[in-house]
Amino acid sequence: MQWEVVIGLETHTQLQTKSKQFSGASTTYGAEPNTQACEVSIALPGVLPVLNKEAVECAIKFGLAIEAEMAPRSVFSRKNYFYPDLPKGYQISQFELPVVGKGKITIQVPATKNTEAYEKVINITRAHLEEDAGKSVHGAVEGMSGIDLNRAGTPLLEIVTEPDMRSAAEAVAYAKKLHELVQWIGICDGNMQEGSFRCDVNVSVRPKGSDKLGTRREIKNLNSFKFMQQAIEYETQWQIETLEDGGTIQQATVLFNPDTGETRAMRSKEEANDYRYFPDPDLLPLEVTEADKARVKALMPELPQALQARLVSEYQLSSYDASTLTASRSQADYFVATVAAGAEPKQAANWVMGALSAKLNAEEKSIVDSPVSAAQLAALLKRIADNTISNNAAKQVFEGLWAGEGEVDAIIEAKGLKQVSDTGAIEAIINEVLAANQAMVDEYKAGKEKAFNALVGQCMKASKGKANPAQVNELLKAKLG
Amino acid sequence: MALNLDDIKRIAHLARIEVSDNEAQETLNKLSGILGLIEQMQAVDTTGITPMSHSQDVTQRLREDVVTQTNQRELFQSIAPATQDGLYLVPKVIE
Repeated sequence: MQWEVVIGLETHTQLQTKSKQFSGASTTYGAEPNTQACEVSIALPGVLPVLNKEAVECAIKFGLAIEAEMAPRSVFSRKNYFYPDLPKGYQISQFELPVVGKGKITIQVPATKNTEAYEKVINITRAHLEEDAGKSVHGAVEGMSGIDLNRAGTPLLEIVTEPDMRSAAEAVAYAKKLHELVQWIGICDGNMQEGSFRCDVNVSVRPKGSDKLGTRREIKNLNSFKFMQQAIEYETQWQIETLEDGGTIQQATVLFNPDTGETRAMRSKEEANDYRYFPDPDLLPLEVTEADKARVKALMPELPQALQARLVSEYQLSSYDASTLTASRSQADYFVATVAAGAEPKQAANWVMGALSAKLNAEEKSIVDSPVSAAQLAALLKRIADNTISNNAAKQVFEGLWAGEGEVDAIIEAKGLKQVSDTGAIEAIINEVLAANQAMVDEYKAGKEKAFNALVGQCMKASKGKANPAQVNELLKAKLG
Repeated sequence: MALNLDDIKRIAHLARIEVSDNEAQETLNKLSGILGLIEQMQAVDTTGITPMSHSQDVTQRLREDVVTQTNQRELFQSIAPATQDGLYLVPKVIE
């Protein structure tokens, strides 16, 4: 039988605020245990939550970025359960009326050996504001668990998709796109190691062609795209094999073990989850007006889709180049800054996606830490455009800039890379080369085109690479008649 | 909706409240009374009326995103039953 996998994602993004969702405690990562756990975070009796304005603005930004319906009034609810890292006995979340409703994100699924690259629209069901729980630390004291409530109350936006994805590749493409988007609009730092971006993946399988959903299992807390891919592939295979062997799938929460590459069901609770949601009487309905949306929109950067369209229309870049350059905000910013500093757009695109990106990858550096600034790259490209240096010499200048040897013109000077464009000087070199290579000249005259390229090569060599190749070509052709 | 004693025991367990058999019967009567009242209210036609999530018709006040809290760990942990290295200690929990 042919099987189809059906995948939906729930992503917890930690919002980039200074203080917590409902109190003025700091959210800085990595502080000493419980030094950022105020009376609201540890849930002392009688405290009251007060909602963080910045967190609400982050939610509005996300809603605008995915063209979502936004509720004029949304409601905070209590999700009730008992766990030591949740001292209130409930998490403040949103249930029936989330702040962000239906929206959509377009993903780019990369090509593989057997399939072409394609785009797909993933529907977003909702995004709601909630607070994070604390952390349990095991093993410090025999028979006890330690509780650190620094993270308790940290603002989260949980983003939920429809079950629209049909392969691990689509799920990963969506997760990567969302990861870039939340960083682009500046609501989340995207740090997966520190848990700022955590994905839960719901996976089910069904016979191909069926429109009924199979029973799903939820893979919890994936914090790398590589693990996500492995976990979904393993889980899909496991479900198909279980069904083909005549078994049934039980709804469950599973964990992925990176060491074995397997998923394993967590000990099932004796009682099904019953969170008994109800509106939190400590919090009033959250109002988001058209004016709020307009104000927040004015604070937002140009969105990737809009910038991509502008790169095509304004700079005549191909849509492939435009989509590559806008894959991350930092790369797009760098490109735009290079062009703003006077570089020709197509050439800037080639250098940013080519030499610069190769060098950054090789040294595992991010573009924000690039030793070559956008202004320096622009200065370099201007020297190619005005024929001061050749493309080849530019690569040497780029290496010099990378190594911190100074500014563009100084490096050109120091390395003696200035291109010779003086006709007289080039003619002198050509004459020398022709005299020394009579055999090649004869070959060319006998009809061997290749001999011409060899002569150009000799001229470039004689000029130590400094002659303007286009001029050499032209003058040599004229001489050989 | 009719409740039975098992429902009462389950609800009590979810809320981690200890309810003896005698109390369970009494609680059953009280809760059934409340549900009866809700049933009466549900008979009212509420078509076109926006559901209310709070008793007052006001909206949430927002707080500026500023850190106002200082570290008071020593004070808070002075009333905790057990702490170590800044952590609150609880009986071992492993999922």
